[in-house]
Amino acid sequence: MTTTPSPCSLIGGLTGAATIGPGRVAIEDPGTGRWINYRDLAALTDRVRDRLVHAGVGRGDRVGLCLTKSIDAVAVIYGILKAGAVYVPVDDTAPATRNAYILNDCTVRTVVVEQDAAIPLRNALAALDAKTNPCLIQLPATEGNRLPITAALDALETKDYAPAATSVEPDPDDLAYILYTSGSTGQPKGVMLSHRNATSFLNWCTDTFQPTRDDRFASHAPFHFDLSILDIHTSLRHGATLVLFGQNVGKDPARLASVMAKSRLTFWYSAPSILSLLAQYGNLGSHDFSTLRMVLFAGEVFPIKHLRALKGMIPHPRYFNLYGPTETNVCTFHEIPATIPDDRTDPYPIGRTCSHLSTCVVEGTTPVDAGEEGELCVAGNGVMQAYWNLDKQTERVFFTDDQDVRWYRTGDIVYEDHAGAYLFRGRHDRMVKKRGYRIELGEIEASLYRHPEVREAAVIADANDAGVYIKAFIHMADGGKPSLIAFNRYCSEQLPLYMVPDKFIFGGALPKTATDKIDYQQLSGTGLPKSQHRTTNQHHGFQLDQ
Amino acid sequence: MEQTIENTIRQYLLNEFLPGEDPNELKDDTPLITGGILDSIATLKIVSFLESAFDIQLSAHEADADYLDSVATIAGLVRQKQAEG
Repeated sequence: MTTTPSPCSLIGGLTGAATIGPGRVAIEDPGTGRWINYRDLAALTDRVRDRLVHAGVGRGDRVGLCLTKSIDAVAVIYGILKAGAVYVPVDDTAPATRNAYILNDCTVRTVVVEQDAAIPLRNALAALDAKTNPCLIQLPATEGNRLPITAALDALETKDYAPAATSVEPDPDDLAYILYTSGSTGQPKGVMLSHRNATSFLNWCTDTFQPTRDDRFASHAPFHFDLSILDIHTSLRHGATLVLFGQNVGKDPARLASVMAKSRLTFWYSAPSILSLLAQYGNLGSHDFSTLRMVLFAGEVFPIKHLRALKGMIPHPRYFNLYGPTETNVCTFHEIPATIPDDRTDPYPIGRTCSHLSTCVVEGTTPVDAGEEGELCVAGNGVMQAYWNLDKQTERVFFTDDQDVRWYRTGDIVYEDHAGAYLFRGRHDRMVKKRGYRIELGEIEASLYRHPEVREAAVIADANDAGVYIKAFIHMADGGKPSLIAFNRYCSEQLPLYMVPDKFIFGGALPKTATDKIDYQQLSGTGLPKSQHRTTNQHHGFQLDQ
Repeated sequence: MEQTIENTIRQYLLNEFLPGEDPNELKDDTPLITGGILDSIATLKIVSFLESAFDIQLSAHEADADYLDSVATIAGLVRQKQAEG
C-alpha cells in the first residue's frame, strides 16, 4: 500500500504514517536489538520538540546533533523539525575541534550530544571564543531498557517540566537542515537546505522508486552525509521500516553482509566503496538477499569490475547510479542494465536529469554544443539556498542566465552521450571523493600548515585499484623527516579519519611553477621532484631489526 | 630481537603502513585506528595477516578499534585466540 506523503514538509510524512499505521515498526537497530513503532516515535519526537521549545528553540533556530546512529538520533532529528528548527548533524567520530567549529559557525542554540562527547565539545567551544554558548542535552550511555533520549528527557522532566508545544508547520523556504561539507579554505562549509529542497527530492524518490510501507530501508550513510536524506525521510514518510547500520557494522563487509541478509532489506543505498568491499569480502553467496529490490549507489564512480561481481552474486534487484552534490542532492540518475557486458570497462553514465530539476552544460556561462565537455549546472527546487555565512563562496557557485534562471555550478565536468545521458569526466577544482566522502584537498593542506613545524605542504589525490588515496608532500622547517606516527596522530586530531593522508612524503622545498606557486602537476606526475625522498609502500626496504 | 607476538605485529605494521618510520616510535600503546594510522581497509588487511601469521580465526566483530587499536590489544587478542585454539 502506498501512502501519500504531505507535499512540502518533512514532518507531515511522519505524522501521516503514525496515523495510518501506528503499530508498525518505524525504526530497527540491529546493533542494539532495539526497535520503535510509529506511535511511540511520534510521541517521542513530540517530547523532544517540547523540551527544545522549552529551552527557547524556535522557528529557524539551529540545533546540533552529535550522536552515533541510533533510534535516538532519528527521534532528535524529527523533534528538531517539529519545533520548526533546523537540524545540523555533525560527525560524532570527527575531532571535537571540527565539530565545535561547525556548531559555532551556524550559532546553534542547543546541541544534543552523548555524555562522553559533551566535555570535549564544551572545551572545544570554549577554546574557540565561541559566538554561541549552546545548551547541551546529554544522552547517557546506557539506561537499561529505556532509550537514552527517553532517559535524558525523563531526567530533565523531574527538574523542570516542559509543557506540550505545537509542531510548527514550516514554510517551504524555511531551512530543514544544514549539512557541512569539506571547504577549500580550510574549514567546513554549511550547505543550507530548505523543506522545499528536501521534499522536491523526496517526491522524486517516490515517483521513481515507488516505495511502500512494506519496504525496509537500510540506513548505511552517516546522518551528516546527504545520502541519509533519502534513507531516513523516504522511509518514514511512507510508513516503511528504517534499519540502522552504525559505523562499526557499516565498514566491516563480512559482518555487514550477514546483518543485511538477516534484516530482509528491500532498499539499499550507499557509496560504491562499501558495495565493492561486500562483493570482494562479504561472502555474499552464503546469504539470502531475495527481499532486496533496489540497490542505489552514489558518491563516486563504481568500478565496473566490482559492480559486475556484485550483480553476479545478487542479480535480481534493480541497480541505480545516482549522482549529485550535497548542494542539490541527487540531480541525475541512471539504471544499470540487467547484464553488464563482459568487455565493458568504462563506468556507467551518471545519467539523465531528475524530473524535479533542470541541468545544462556550460563553458563559463555559455552552453556548449551537444556532446561537448563542460561544467554541469543545476537549477530547480532541489538546489540549496546558499552556504551558511559565506556570501562570496555562494556567489561563486551560482550564475543567473538571461531567462533569470539561477544555476548552481557543480564543478563536475561532463558530456552528454547520444542517448541523452551525462558521463562524468572529472573535476575542475581540487575536490575529490574518497570512499564517498567529499574532500577538499585545500582543507587538508590548511590543517597541515597549522602544524608548527611545517614550512610547506601540498596534497594531491591519486587512484589505484583500491580507489582514491591521498598523498601529502611536506617540507618541514628543519628539512627533516618527522615520525609518521606522530604526524598521523596530529592529523587525526585535526581532521576526520577519512581525510588523513594515506601517504606522507617528506623532503625539501616543494617544486614551484614560474609564478612561484606550488607545482601540483610535477607532484602528481610520475617523476617526483629530485630533492624528495619518498616514504611509500613501494620503496621502503625497511627492516625492524636494523 | 626476540620474535614475540608483539614484535611480529610491530614488524608487519611498520612494513605495511609505516614505511620509513623509526621503530622506536611504534610503542605497544600507540593508538593505531584512533591515531589515524589504520583506516577501515587497513584493518581488513591486518585481520587477514593475523589469521595467516598466527593460524587463528577472528570473528567479524573483532575487526574494530576495541581489539585492534594498539600492538598491545592486538597481541592480547592473538593470545586469547591461541588459548581458545
